[in-house]
Amino acid sequence: MHFDTPLAFRSGAQLDAYDLTYETYGTLNAARSNAVLVCHALNAAHHVAGFYAEDPRNVGWWDNMIGPGKPVDTDRFFVIGVNNPGGCFGSTGPASLNPKTGRAYGSSFPVVTVEDWVEAQARLADRLGIARFAAVMGGSLGAMQALQWAIAYPQRIANAIVIAAAPKLSAQNIAFNEVARQAITTDPDFHGGDYYAYNVVPRRGLRLARMIGHITYLSNDAMMAKFGRSLRSGAINYHFDVDFEVESYLHHQGDNFAEYFDANTYLLITRALDYFDPAGACDGDLKRALAPAQARFLIASFTSDWRFAPERSREIAKALLDNRADVCYAEIDATHGHDAFLLDDARYHALVRAYFDNVARECGVETAVA
Amino acid sequence: MNASLPVPAIAGRADLEAIAAWVAPGASVLDLGCGEGVLLQYLKQSRDVRGYGIEISDANVLACVKNSVSVIQSDLETGLAGFDAGSFDYVILSQTLQAMRHTEEIIMEMLRVGHQGIVSFPNFGYWPQRLQIMRGRMPVSDVLPYLWYDTPNVHLCTLNDFEDFCAAHGVRILERIVMQGARRISFAPNLRASTAVYRFEIA
Repeated sequence: MHFDTPLAFRSGAQLDAYDLTYETYGTLNAARSNAVLVCHALNAAHHVAGFYAEDPRNVGWWDNMIGPGKPVDTDRFFVIGVNNPGGCFGSTGPASLNPKTGRAYGSSFPVVTVEDWVEAQARLADRLGIARFAAVMGGSLGAMQALQWAIAYPQRIANAIVIAAAPKLSAQNIAFNEVARQAITTDPDFHGGDYYAYNVVPRRGLRLARMIGHITYLSNDAMMAKFGRSLRSGAINYHFDVDFEVESYLHHQGDNFAEYFDANTYLLITRALDYFDPAGACDGDLKRALAPAQARFLIASFTSDWRFAPERSREIAKALLDNRADVCYAEIDATHGHDAFLLDDARYHALVRAYFDNVARECGVETAVA
Repeated sequence: MNASLPVPAIAGRADLEAIAAWVAPGASVLDLGCGEGVLLQYLKQSRDVRGYGIEISDANVLACVKNSVSVIQSDLETGLAGFDAGSFDYVILSQTLQAMRHTEEIIMEMLRVGHQGIVSFPNFGYWPQRLQIMRGRMPVSDVLPYLWYDTPNVHLCTLNDFEDFCAAHGVRILERIVMQGARRISFAPNLRASTAVYRFEIA
């Protein structure tokens, strides 16, 4: 969808016009009360569920959660997935052509924030005629967007589903992001962010960034369970090529990622993570930052998540409780680390299903929307 | 809150009915070990109470979500460190005191976080239990349904024990209800009561 109204960013920069790519699932009911916005995290996009007829292997990133009869039941809810500005899956981003110059935005694309994304999503909601979402949900960085929705548009969101979240990044989180960014920006093919003109991709940097990221998404236990110290060829070969299965896995992840993801988008998204800190404007007082929120909250964390550990979610739950907001906080005993939010876990999915059953009752879609 | 709305009964839990009667309308309540959130749901619907539960069990947290009861999944044994002093009017611990390992800490934490505490617990001094002990067996009854080797109860006490505890810890008892089943009693409570409910504050 094309937007002609300029989008002003927090940084002071603006986009005069932009496109947002989105997908919808299910049917908007007559009362327009059953819309659910699903916000994506670092490496995902608008394609949250299902698959395309022409590309049946391209399954949506949250397909186990969202779809007909699934915890977020698209027979009852009208689900929207959107690629955020700065992304690389169709919405205007660094690889898009800047109409003013006729070249890719590249390094000139504005630094985006979670607040900017929510602003863009709100405009999409306006155009789709959705005055109020039944729920805004997300995991990780997506959860930060759900939080921001509750703060910025308290009247427009009935429920916030905040999974594997943190109210702001820790120094360690930022440090990991910086290593990933350095991997990209020091790649000789990066060309200051304007690599499109050279017909190259900073593939080595992207690959490293993804490998580092991936380590932080998994728990030590999950990695040990999956790979242990298994050797690729059954023996140590006294070289620096791949010996261990875990190395092979990381290389594979990195290679895949470098094929489809844009390096500038990676920089932008990690920066948006770094900058997100709603309490920052309130002297670090998260309770005050969340005071405008009127939504009901479901907050879930995973015990083995060390990237955004349960304590970080508890900070959010406590601030909401101190504000006397409606909040359910669940700590899911899962072994997979941060990635657990994307996996099929019976307790986790039962919880989300139960919560959305209540949301369906609230917005009058207990049975399927025709 | 419309007073004519049907209010769910707290089936079979006379102690919860007693607790609910003590809670002032519109108050804020923290229910420790809230189970499926039955008390909080009742308090919300009947007394317009702003309530939160704390639960450790996945099944109970799920039930609270289904019942639209605000719940925080947490282990009470780690204390109430996440809760500010004086942030609730009442902190309730129903039928859980006897299963807590850190009894002194939790009572003191209840009175740090809440202006008043409310507990209910099975009276170990109830005469059928004394009888079973005199016969040489650990008691098993309606209120203490567990066998000695398979019980969550680690700190059972009598009414007298609890009142001594309060006196020794600077806790002032404000009100007490003693019950045999669902029936309130007054004569020889330490012998005849199966369940006790106390409301208390810092002396």
